[in-house]
Amino acid sequence: MSHFTVTVNDRQCGVDVAPDTPLLWVLRDTLGLLGTKYGCGKGLCGACTVHLDGESRRSCQIPVASVGEKKITTIEGLSSDRSHPVQQAWIAEQVPQCGYCQSGQIMQAAAFLVKNPHPTPEQIDQAMRGNICRCATYQRIRRAIARVAAPTA
Amino acid sequence: MRDVPENPARDRARRGADGLTMGDADIHRRDFLKMGAGAAGALVLGFRVPVRGQESRGPDPSVFAPNAWLQITPDDRVIVFVEKPELGQGSRTYTPMMIAEELEVEWSAIRVEQAPTVPSIYGHLRTGSSGGVTTMYTSMRRVGAQAREMLLTAAAQRWNVPRTDCYAERSAVVHRPSRRQLRYGELAEAASRLPVINADAVALKQPQNFRFIGKNLPRTDVPDKVDGRAVFGVDVRVPGMVFAVIARCPFVDGRRLVSCDAAAAKATLGVRAVFAVPALPRHLNTAGGVAVVADSTWAAIQGRKALVLEWDKSGSASTDESTAGLRQRMAQQTAGPPTFVAADRGDALEALADVVKRVDATYESPFQAHATMEPMNTTVHVRDGEIEVWSPTQFADEVQSEIAALSGLPRDNVIVHMTLSGGSFGRRYQWDYAAEAWQVAREVKRPVQLLWTREDDMQHDFYRPYNYQRLAGGFDVRGELVAWSTRVVTTPIAGSNVYNEIAESPQALKDPGVVAALEWYGADVAPYAMPNFRLDYAPVDSPVHRSWWRSVSSSYTPFAKESFVDELAYASGRDPLRFRMELLAGDSPDTVRVRKVLQVAADQSRWGRTLPKRHGLGIACRWGQSCSAQVAEVFVDEEGAVHVLRIVSAVDCGIAVNPDGVRAMTEGAINFALTAVLTGEITIRDGAVEQSNFDDYRVLRINDAPEVDVHIVPSVEHPAGVGELGAMLVAPAVANAVFAATGVRVRRLPIDPSSLKPS
Repeated sequence: MSHFTVTVNDRQCGVDVAPDTPLLWVLRDTLGLLGTKYGCGKGLCGACTVHLDGESRRSCQIPVASVGEKKITTIEGLSSDRSHPVQQAWIAEQVPQCGYCQSGQIMQAAAFLVKNPHPTPEQIDQAMRGNICRCATYQRIRRAIARVAAPTA
Repeated sequence: MRDVPENPARDRARRGADGLTMGDADIHRRDFLKMGAGAAGALVLGFRVPVRGQESRGPDPSVFAPNAWLQITPDDRVIVFVEKPELGQGSRTYTPMMIAEELEVEWSAIRVEQAPTVPSIYGHLRTGSSGGVTTMYTSMRRVGAQAREMLLTAAAQRWNVPRTDCYAERSAVVHRPSRRQLRYGELAEAASRLPVINADAVALKQPQNFRFIGKNLPRTDVPDKVDGRAVFGVDVRVPGMVFAVIARCPFVDGRRLVSCDAAAAKATLGVRAVFAVPALPRHLNTAGGVAVVADSTWAAIQGRKALVLEWDKSGSASTDESTAGLRQRMAQQTAGPPTFVAADRGDALEALADVVKRVDATYESPFQAHATMEPMNTTVHVRDGEIEVWSPTQFADEVQSEIAALSGLPRDNVIVHMTLSGGSFGRRYQWDYAAEAWQVAREVKRPVQLLWTREDDMQHDFYRPYNYQRLAGGFDVRGELVAWSTRVVTTPIAGSNVYNEIAESPQALKDPGVVAALEWYGADVAPYAMPNFRLDYAPVDSPVHRSWWRSVSSSYTPFAKESFVDELAYASGRDPLRFRMELLAGDSPDTVRVRKVLQVAADQSRWGRTLPKRHGLGIACRWGQSCSAQVAEVFVDEEGAVHVLRIVSAVDCGIAVNPDGVRAMTEGAINFALTAVLTGEITIRDGAVEQSNFDDYRVLRINDAPEVDVHIVPSVEHPAGVGELGAMLVAPAVANAVFAATGVRVRRLPIDPSSLKPS
C-alpha cells in the first residue's frame, strides 16, 4: 500500500493503494467516480477513456504510480452541467442506447476535437476506432462529432 | 410515499460522492404490496390494474396514485414507474410516451423511475422477444387514461359543473365554457380521494389525435448517459461493500477442482477471503470455481491471478470438446431422420425427386458471444431472513424467484433492484451471474459485488446456438419453383438453459412447441408461395451453454433461407428482387406487406443500378409481426475483405411509437449482427473456449460500420417490436451482395476473406 496524490477534475485527491493499481480502479473503487467504465482491462475497448493533461488515455492501462503530476479529467469533470459541446451534440443526435461505453466515447471525441477541430469523416473513424459500442451507435457518433466540428451545419 | 422507509437498506444504493440515489431507492415497497392486496378482485380484462386500496392512502394523501405506474404530486410532477428493464432499447421513453398520450400532460413534467420488483403488481419485469412496445401499448395508455378521467371528475366536482364541459390539456383540466383551468397538481389530492375507475372502460384516443405517439421524442435516459451519472450494475455502491471475482472452471463440460493453492492469493494486498464456490446444476448452469473477495475490484483480480488451481481432466467422461468435433456431429445430422417435422405442406420430398432442376446448399453459422459492454455483475447483501440484490438483468422476477429458491427464503424477502444494463442482447435473460453473486454473498456477511472480467464474460457466456441448415429446391419443366425442403440442425437452447416456466425436462425437449420458437423459427418460407414445402429439425448435444442472442433463431434462419432464395433466383436466371416479388404474388395482407418493404428498400437503394467492379447489392426480406427488407451494398477488395458500405432498411412495424427510437434500434441491430457476419466466432478447443477478449473476439468498430438508412413504412396497425428486427437480415443481404460482387456464394459465417480473393 502506497500513498499517492492525484489531481482529478481539478481536485487534489490522496489515495492509499498498491502502486500497480490501474487508474481506472482508483477512480471507481477509491474515489467513487463511477462514470469511467471497465470494459476489457486491456486497452482494447475504450470504455475507460479519460484525459491525462488533455490527451485521451485508457485508464485501465495506467498504473496509478505513473500518473505523477499529470492532470486527470474524467467524464464528471468534462463539464458540471452537460454543457460541453460534445455532450450537447451527443444529446442532440440521441447517440446513447445502453450508454455504458458513452463516457469513453465522449472523452475520446472531446480530446480528438481539440487536436483536430474540423476532421474529415475518415479522420473521425480513425480517431474513434479504439472505442467499441456493442449497441453499435456508430453512425450517430459520427454525426455528433461532425455536428461539433461544424455547428452551423 | 414521502415518509421514512421502513427498510433503510433500500436507500443504501447511492453513488459515492454525489449521493445520487438509485432510481427506485425511495419507493416504499410496502405501499406497493398494499396496492397489490387492494387489487385482489380488481383484475380487469387482459391487464392488471392494481388499484389503490383503502389502506394505501396512508403515506401521502396529496399525491394522486390511481395505479402502480403513475403518481401526480401537488407540484405537478408526473412520476412514471417503468417495469420493463432499460437495456438501451428505450423502455424509459416509450412507457411514459404511452402514458402521457392519454394523460394529456406536458412532456417536461414526466419523471421516470424503475418500478420495484414486485411481480404480484407488475407483470412485465422482464423484456424479450422485442415485446416491450407491443405488450405495453394498450395497457400503458389505459394507465394514463384512467388518471385523466379521474382528474376530470375531480375538476368538475370542484367547479360544480357538468363533467362533459371539461377537457384535459397540457397537465390541466379546462372548463370549456368559462375557460377556467386547474392544474393537475391542484387536483391531485381531490382525485386521490375519488373511487378508482375501471381503466378498461375508458375510451382511448384515436391515432389521428396523438400528440406524442408517432413523434420523435428525446430519450429520458440520455442526459444521464452523457455525463456519467447513469447507474449500471457495476456502479452500485452500498456502505460496507466488498468486491469479488471467481476463478471458474475453464472447461465447458465441467470438471472437478482437484487442488487449490490459495496461499499467495490470500497474501495479496486487500484480499479478505478465498473460498470454493460449487457449480450450480444445469438449470442454472454456473461453472463453479474459487471466489476471491477483496476490498477493491483490482485487489480481487490480483488475488485471483495468484491462485494455483488444478482441474481434473481424467475424471471427465467425454473427450475434449472441440469445434472440429462438433462440426462433424452437426454435418452428420443434416442427413438421416429428423427429430421433428415442423412443417409439411404438399409433398416436398417426392416433388424434389421429380424436379427438372434441383439446387442444394448447406449453410453454417457458429457460436456467437453477446459480449455486452458492461460485463456480467450483481451486488448482493445477505441479511438475517432477507436478501437484497442489485442486478443489471432483463429478467428481474426470475432473478428474484431463483434466489428465493436457492436460499429457501420466501420470494417477498428477496428484494431485487433492477439497474440499468450496459447492453444485453439476450444475455441478461440468464440469471447465472446473480446466483453466483448470492453464493459469494452468503459466505461474506457484507454486501458484495461480483464482477465478471471481460475474460470471464467471453468464456462463460451462453452462446448463440451453433447451426447447420441444409436446403434443397427444385423447378418444374415450366421453370417454376415447386418444392423446397429445409433441415435445421442446432445445438438447442432448450437443451441448455431454460427458465423455470419452461422446465428443462425430457418432456419439454420433446415438445416441438417448446423447441420450435428457439431453434427453427424463421425457417418457414411462408408467405412465399410454395406448393411443396417441408421443414424438419435435428438437435446435436453439446456441453457448451447456449441461449437467446438478439433475434434468437431468426439471427441465422434468414441467412440460409434468404441466401437460398438468391441461389434459386440465379439458378433460374431471374433478378433476385423480381424472383421474390413473384413468390409473393397474391393479395394476402402478408404478401402485400412484404412486397411493400421490398419495394421501398429496392427504390431507396436504387436496385438494379450499374456498380463499379467488385461492388454488389444484395437483398433480403422478412415476414412477421414486423416486416422488413434490407439491401446491402458491399465492396470486396483484392484481399477478399468485405467492406459493407451501406444498408438500406425498410421497416413496417405497425405504428412507430417513437420513430427515432425505431431508427436507432434498426441501425444498432444491423451493426450488432454485422459482427457475426464479418469477424465474430467463438470456437472450442481442448474443452475450453479459445477467445477471451476483444482482441480475439473481434466486434464491429466504427471504421467498419456502414451507414444505415432506415425507412419506416407508415401504418396504423398495433405496434410490433423492432429490437431484433434489424439483426435478422444483414447476413443474407451482405452474403447476397458478396455474390453479386464476386460470384462467390457465402455459405459459412463469418465470411472467410481468403475465399473471396480474385483467382
